This record gives sequence, C-alpha cells and structure tokens, in this order.
Amino acid sequence: MTTQSPPEAVEAPVEFVAPSRLSASQRFVATVVRSREASIVLVLVLVIVAATIASPSFLFAETSWRDLLLTPSILMLLAVGQAVVVITRSVDLSVGSVLGLTAYLTGRLFVDTNLPIVVVALAAIALGAVLGMVNGLVVALARVPALVITLGTLYIYRGIVLSWAGSNRINASDMPDAFGRLGTQSVLGLPILFLVAVAVLVAVGYYLHTARGGREMYAIGSDPDAAVLYGLPVRRRVFAAFVLSGGLAGLAGVVYAARYGTISSSAGTGIELQAVAAVVIGGVAIFGGSGTVWGAAIGAILLVTINRALPIVGIPDFWQQALVGVLILGAIVLDRILAARRARILVEARDAQGATA
Amino acid sequence: MKFQNKKVLGLVAGSVVLALAATGCGKGSGDGGGAAGGGGGSKATITFLPKNLGNPYFDTSDKGGANAIKEFGGTYSQVGPQDASPDGQAQYIDTAAQKHTDAIVMSANDPKALCDSVKSAQDAGTKVVTFDSDTGPGCRDLFVNQATAEGIATVEVDMIADQIGDAGEIAILSSTPNATNQNAWIEIMKKDLATNHPKIKLDEVAYGTDDDQTSFDKTASLLQKHPNLKGIISPTTIGIAAAARYLSTSDKKGKVALTGLGTPNQMRKYVTDGTVTEFALWNPEDLGYLAAYAAKALVDGDITGKKGDTFKAGKLGEFKVGDDQTVLLGDPFKFNKSNIGQFNF
Amino acid sequence: MSTTTTTAGRTRDYPSYSRPLWWRIAFTRESAVIALLVGVLLWAIYGVLYFGTQLTMTFLFLDIAPILLIALPMTAVIVTGEIDLSVASVVGLSSSVLGLLVHHGWSVPLAALVCLVVGLACGALNGFLIAYVGLPSLAVTIGTLALFRGIAVGLLGTTAVTTFPSRWTSLAKAQIGSTGVPVIVIPIVVLAIVFTLLLHFSGFGRGVYDIGLNREAAEFTGVRVARTKFTLFLLTAAVSAFAGIYFTLRFSSSRGDNATGLELQVIAAVLLGGVSIFGGRGGLHGVIAGVLLIGALSSALRLLGVTVNVINIIIGLLLVASVVSTSVLAWISETSARRKNRGRRPSDLPQHAPPGVRTKEKEA
Repeated sequence: MTTQSPPEAVEAPVEFVAPSRLSASQRFVATVVRSREASIVLVLVLVIVAATIASPSFLFAETSWRDLLLTPSILMLLAVGQAVVVITRSVDLSVGSVLGLTAYLTGRLFVDTNLPIVVVALAAIALGAVLGMVNGLVVALARVPALVITLGTLYIYRGIVLSWAGSNRINASDMPDAFGRLGTQSVLGLPILFLVAVAVLVAVGYYLHTARGGREMYAIGSDPDAAVLYGLPVRRRVFAAFVLSGGLAGLAGVVYAARYGTISSSAGTGIELQAVAAVVIGGVAIFGGSGTVWGAAIGAILLVTINRALPIVGIPDFWQQALVGVLILGAIVLDRILAARRARILVEARDAQGATA
Repeated sequence: MKFQNKKVLGLVAGSVVLALAATGCGKGSGDGGGAAGGGGGSKATITFLPKNLGNPYFDTSDKGGANAIKEFGGTYSQVGPQDASPDGQAQYIDTAAQKHTDAIVMSANDPKALCDSVKSAQDAGTKVVTFDSDTGPGCRDLFVNQATAEGIATVEVDMIADQIGDAGEIAILSSTPNATNQNAWIEIMKKDLATNHPKIKLDEVAYGTDDDQTSFDKTASLLQKHPNLKGIISPTTIGIAAAARYLSTSDKKGKVALTGLGTPNQMRKYVTDGTVTEFALWNPEDLGYLAAYAAKALVDGDITGKKGDTFKAGKLGEFKVGDDQTVLLGDPFKFNKSNIGQFNF
Repeated sequence: MSTTTTTAGRTRDYPSYSRPLWWRIAFTRESAVIALLVGVLLWAIYGVLYFGTQLTMTFLFLDIAPILLIALPMTAVIVTGEIDLSVASVVGLSSSVLGLLVHHGWSVPLAALVCLVVGLACGALNGFLIAYVGLPSLAVTIGTLALFRGIAVGLLGTTAVTTFPSRWTSLAKAQIGSTGVPVIVIPIVVLAIVFTLLLHFSGFGRGVYDIGLNREAAEFTGVRVARTKFTLFLLTAAVSAFAGIYFTLRFSSSRGDNATGLELQVIAAVLLGGVSIFGGRGGLHGVIAGVLLIGALSSALRLLGVTVNVINIIIGLLLVASVVSTSVLAWISETSARRKNRGRRPSDLPQHAPPGVRTKEKEA
C-alpha cells in the first residue's frame, strides 16, 4: 500500500512534522496569532483599554492620541537598532550617550549654521554611524566583548558631550520653527516622527527577514562558531549591526531634538537600559539568534505607554519602574518556557517519527 | 598550586603595604594649612556651587557672582553636579575644603544632608554662604535670600487666582522633592490657598527634578490625569519653560493657565504667543552679585553673620543681616507682555 | 629516537611555564594595574597641590568605599562568567528601607539588620533565576535592576529621609584615631581578607574559577555549579545592602535614586583590574588596585579642577585600552608563535608522552 521508496533511497525527504493542511493565508494568520509578538500586542491593548476606561481622554483627545504615538518614537528607533545588535549576540550600551551627542550636534548646527533641516538630520545620523563604527571595529576586529567596549564608549561619549556642552544648553527658541513644528505635526492623524520610526522599522524588519545579510545575522547570533566554519562574513555583519545601531541612535537624537526642543548635556542618560529592556520584553533572546524588530518596537511602545497609563489607572508612577522590572523578568521566564516546550515538541516528533518508521 | 598562591598572597600584602605607605607619606606633608583660608582680602578664592550645572537660572546668577568677584579682584570658579542631588554637591564641598578655598557660595539641594560636609569645610577655614536655596541656620555662615518666602509664594498664588478666576483645580510642577526653597514655598502656598482662596483646589504636586525632559513629560501627565485642570504653578525656571513648551503645542493652550517663576529669555516666546499671561522672578544676576559680596565680607572679616551686621555690595548698595543670618535682596518682580522685551537674562 | 623520550621529562608541556617566575609575575594584567596605581599615586602626591594631605585620603576612602565593597564579590561573579547589574539597585533599596524604618522610629542597628535581610532576599531572587532556572544573567539582572530600583523609589515616593541619629552618621564618617583613615576601611579590609581567602585559597574559590573556564567540565569534576553561583549572588546582594547602609549614613540621605549608575563603576573597576569578562581569569589584587586607581585618579583630577566629564572620558579610555590591550597582546603572541614555528616539522617539537607509557620509540 505504500508508494514510498525503500529507506535507503534518498529521494523522499525525512519529515519531522507533517505538512500543514491549512491554506497559505490561514497559516499566516495562525503564525501571527501564535507568535511571541502577539502576546505583547495583547498586553499593550489591555493597558490602553484599562487606561481609556479610567479616563477616556487617554485615547480620544487630540493631544493624547498624538502623545501616545509620539513619545515612544525615540525608544522605538533605539530598540530597533538594539534588536539588530542583540540578534547577533552582542549588546550596545552606548546608545544613550550617542543620542545625547547627536541631539546636541543637531542643536548646535541649527544655532551656528544655516543648514537646511535635512542636511542637519543627515549629519546627525552620520555622526551616530561613525560612533557606532568605533564600537563595531573594536568588537569585530579586536574581538573584545561588546559589553565591555560599549561600557567604555558610554563613558567616553558622555564625557565628550559634557565637555562640549559645558553647562550650556540649546533652547527650543534657538532652533528653526519648522523643525520644532516637525515635533508636533501630523499627517492623516499620525505624527510625522512616528511615521519616521515606522518607516525605519519596516525597512530594517524587511532586511532582517528577507535579505541574506539579515538571515546571516540570525545565524551568527544563533551559533557564532558554526557561522565562522560555514564561511559567513561574521565580522562584516557584526560591524554592520553596530553601525546601524549607532546610525539609528543618531536619528533618535534628531527626533529627540524635535520633540523636546531643549537639549542639555544630560539628554539620553539611562535610555540604553530601557532600550535593552524593550528588546527583551519584545521577545529577542539576549543570546541572539531569535526574535524580531517588530517585537522590539512593540516592546518599546509598551514600556512608554505603561509609563503614561499607570498614573491614570491610579498606580502612583513611582511604581512604574518596579512594574517594568516584573515585565522583563516575566518575558525572560516566558521565553525560556516557550523555548523548552518547542524543543520538547520537536524531540517528541522526532522520536515518534523514529518509532513509526 | 600552593607555591603559586604564596606569591599571590605576597603581592596582595605588598600592594596593601604600598598603599598604606603612600598615604602615610602624604599624612605629614601639607597638613598645617588649616587656618590658611582666612584673611584672603583681595585675593579671595570663591567657588560657586549651584544646584546643578546646565541651568540657565544659575548660569545667570553665577555670572553675576563672577562680575562681582572681578570687581573686587578675587578668583572665581564654578563647579556643580550634573543632576540636582545632595550627594553630588557634597563631593564638591569636600573638594573645596581640601583645596582650602576661601568661600563657597551654594544653592543647596537638601536642607540637612549637606550639613556634615559644610561643617568639615567650615572647620577647614572655608566660609559657606547659601543663596537661593538654604541649608539651615547653624549649617552655613550666611543665607542670601532673593525675597521672603511669603512674598514669593503669595505672588504666585495671586497670579494664578487672577488668571483662572479664583476658582478651579490647579497643580504645582516643582523641581526636586527635597529642595529647601521649593518645599518652603509650597507649604506657604498651601496655607495661602486654604485661607484666602477656598474655591481653588490643589490636585497634585508633581516633581520635574529640574530636568527638562522630565518636566515636559510630567506636564503631559498632569494634563492627562486631571482633565478639569485649570492652572499650573511652576516655581522653577526649568519647569515653567518645559511646561510652557508642551502647553503651547497641545490642545489645552489658552484653556490651562500657567504661571510661576521663569526667566524672561526662556519665556518670551510663550508670553507673546499667549500661552503664559504673567510670571514672576527677581534678577538672579543681582542675587549672585550680592552673594559674592557677602562672601567677600565674611572672608575679609568685615562681618561675622550675626544680626545687625552691615556690608557694602558694590553697585547694589548697603545690606543689613537680618534674622537667622539672612540677607534679603528685595521683592519679586512680575513679567508680562508689556515689559518682557526690556530684559535680557 | 630514544633520546626524545629521555628529554621529554625535562621539557615542560605548557608554553606559559617556560618563562621564569619573575617574568610570569611582572607581565600580568594585575601587575600592570598595580604599577599604574603606584605611578598615579606618586604623580599625584608630588605633582598635584593638596593631594598629599590627610583630608584627601579620608575623602578618597569615603568616596570609593561602596565601589570597593561591591567589587569584591562582583569579581567572583564575573570570574564564573556571569554578571550582576542589579547591585546599584540593591544599594538604593537598602537605602530606602533604612530611611523608611528609621523614619518610623526603628533603631538604626535593627533597621540595618532588616536591610541586610532584604539584600539577601534580592540575591536569592537573582541566584534562583540564574543558577537554578538557568536564565542568562545579563537579562535577569537588567530586570532585577529595574525591579529593585522601582521598589526603592516606590517605597519612599517623593520623600527623602534625611534625619538620622547623629551617632550613626558620624560613625560612618569617623576616623580611626587621628590617622585620617575612615572607620569604614575596617569592614573593607575584613571583607577583602575574607574574599581573598574564599576566592584564592579555598576549594570553593577553585570551583569558581573552574566554572568560569568550562562549566560542564567543572560540573563533571564535582563542583556544585548551581549552588556556587547561588551563593555568589547572595553574597553580592548582601554586600551591596551593607554598602547601601553605609552610603545612607554617610550622606545622611535616604533617597530612592541613591547610587544610580554605581554598577557601571563597579564593573569598570573590576574589568580594569584584570578580570576577564569571559570568566576564569582574574584576581582580587588587581581589582583592589583598579578601584584605588580610579578613585585616586578622580580625586587628583578633581583637585586640579578638571571637570567630571573629562574624568569620565579618562576612565572610559582606560577601560577600553586595558581590554583591547589584552586582545592585542594575545594576537601578538599568537602571530609570533606562528612565525617561530614556521618551517618546524611536528617531530621537532617535544613529545608529550606521560612518563611510564610505553611508546613505539621506547620499544624500538
């Protein structure tokens, strides 16, 4: 009754899991619904619903809606960059200092020169990319662990900002009005800065998912030694990850300048840990090789929205950091449980296959 | 293995001995400079220590101090922590004591936490003058106050009452939770509201920690939490500037009144576009100037800080020390659309 | 052919032991840090005005005491290949709890005891999640960093307790007799001795190094990996709680955000002191020298009027340089070894047959 060739023949591929009987679209929906990212979206929706029930103006007032999307934009950009770095099994702790430096550069360029906004933004992104390049060179070439190097550059870049700025600060009135308006303008109800963050998210997400470089980054994070043996350009990819993280931090600096207007030398202090927290909550494993930038971005939105929603629900905002800590721990434990379950399912399927063959 | 560890032990012992020896060497030299700080006269070294660096209010006050010091030929320096915390300030007081600075002029982040460092500095011969935000009597030689706390608090309450029609909900956006001056003013504001403005309700006191971004976000949060808010008082120049900036781009502009203490340069744009009607301040440059002259008078021995002492403060004239070793600059001044163009600080 | 076997006993197997003893001691990372420390101290005492005073030494020790305290157990944690980023939050939590209890009338010693217990609880959480559940320490301690700091801030709210019985605040700053050495140095020295004995002279310490070098091999050798890691995290949190008590009493200020950022300073000092982030390598002598180096350098630069930012840049550069130099030195020795062995046939290299094993050469 079997039409299969005898076991020695190589034509029939070994199947560990039976092919799905669902259609392509059904499969897509099933993947999305059961994905790790869906769980965070669920939590985010719950938080927003709870806050809106407590105070309808949270969602429906014009400024609140704008703030809901605008405030997380900065952290979204940082989280996307951090996700790429973490996927390659590194970490970048210097993004906060890079943000401060590029935000200050943006302000300084507006005050001292007459360059158009686009040029200033590109200059800030370029500076961020250069700063990321320093990290990338040392990690990729000198083989120094990323944690140590980015810790060092965190101090160095922050020191540079403090020396450069001194006790000066750039005021909102020093910058062109058009730039300040960017911080609050909306297109079709969505703030411009939010659209910028979403555009970056889509671009990076598409690259990671489809481009060869992106898939190689996952491979490197998953098993660096195997990647080297397989012949992947490990150093180039890791270097690129850090340059991307730095460049996005530079863009985040421009967004910061547009949103907050006033830039002091303490801009961005401490935001690097928030970026790593957003990435972890978003499902990116800290040892690399899995997770998506979508998850990281939603994690960033969740973190910022919780900050804003807590006081409305009645929890004094002093407890928000504790809640963030619980979220992070919960996310890590959840990921561990899911990974263990997945491994068990695969092992069981393999054993079952072996038993029936 | 054991052999190797003996060498390690030897190294540990060696480095400990070396460290102790090095510090022991240092003990003898340069130790007798205890009282060398006094009587500096025209070469007085005065260090300005604001609540934190990067604050335009303190940039102005310290500039006034620098001008005064240039006038009487002393040496000026400015140090400060990045964030307005008492332990950050304490380190600088300690450093000034180590360097035998003649006088420290500071705006305190906390009334009690700095007292020990201040006492060590005073023991080392340094005069300690507080301005803008006090530590407490017995914890400094002199306090130069910009105006009476009552004056400052009541003028702000009066302004908000005017602007919201003496009825409604208000909130206060302060700086750090421990700042002496902020808490003194808030206490008086609460009493004033209870006795003279019973129809005004104080919803909340929020803390922007004198950080621009935090104050900006806290304003957004206040407007979110209290949809019926009609007014915000912000008795801190950083807070009112951040709040004005947020308010001017939100849909509450013109519906929620904002007042408090602000600098004309930072607030000019928001007064002209209607976000803010009126706010108050004094001249921080004069405050720093006066504080520097007061420090010089102490260092020279002209005054000791007790009540009734008088000293001359350059172009500001003569000043007398009042109760609790306090010197008053004057009264707060109200800024609005009609006069804001005349000032540049 | 038999000549190779007779000379095999005299040729050492490990290339590193082929160097003389003085070379092995002088050219380690730890010696470099100690030499740098001595150099900086000499420069500061003779070159920087006011550095060589008793007051400077007092302030120096008062300032670096928390970092030095926490660096001791942190060394052991990093040697096992883990990391603990939550130490500053435990300091803050301990500070909050102390302030809250004293504010409500508790006596300081009793409140301090509660703080230590709270610290142990924090360490137990870290240790359980990392050692027994097996989660990565970087992620877990970032989570507990936020959690503990959040609880610290949440407990106190906007209040900051600044009234403490002067008996205890002056004890925190008191000096031993008239030497100018603060009293806090006594617990530091005691803990340093305890941790040195624990890490360098005991079986537990050997286990710590083994875990860092190869966790699975250590497990098979009989080292109780999970229990060792759990103990280390307990110790780290307990010492951090003690540092929090000291910090609070020294500044007479209990705030939820006390000591924010301290963990980075501790880790920077530990890495500067020669401990490898990969684990398995390092010693307390280097770490103590590293902390003293950063403290002395900061103090001297502050006296020179150099601002905090430049001090931060210098510390960052030191950290980067010290870690990069290890990699560079390793690369240099690798390439020089390769160049030395170029053209050598494998039979020229010493055979390492253990004595007593009958080889083909012996039989021939």
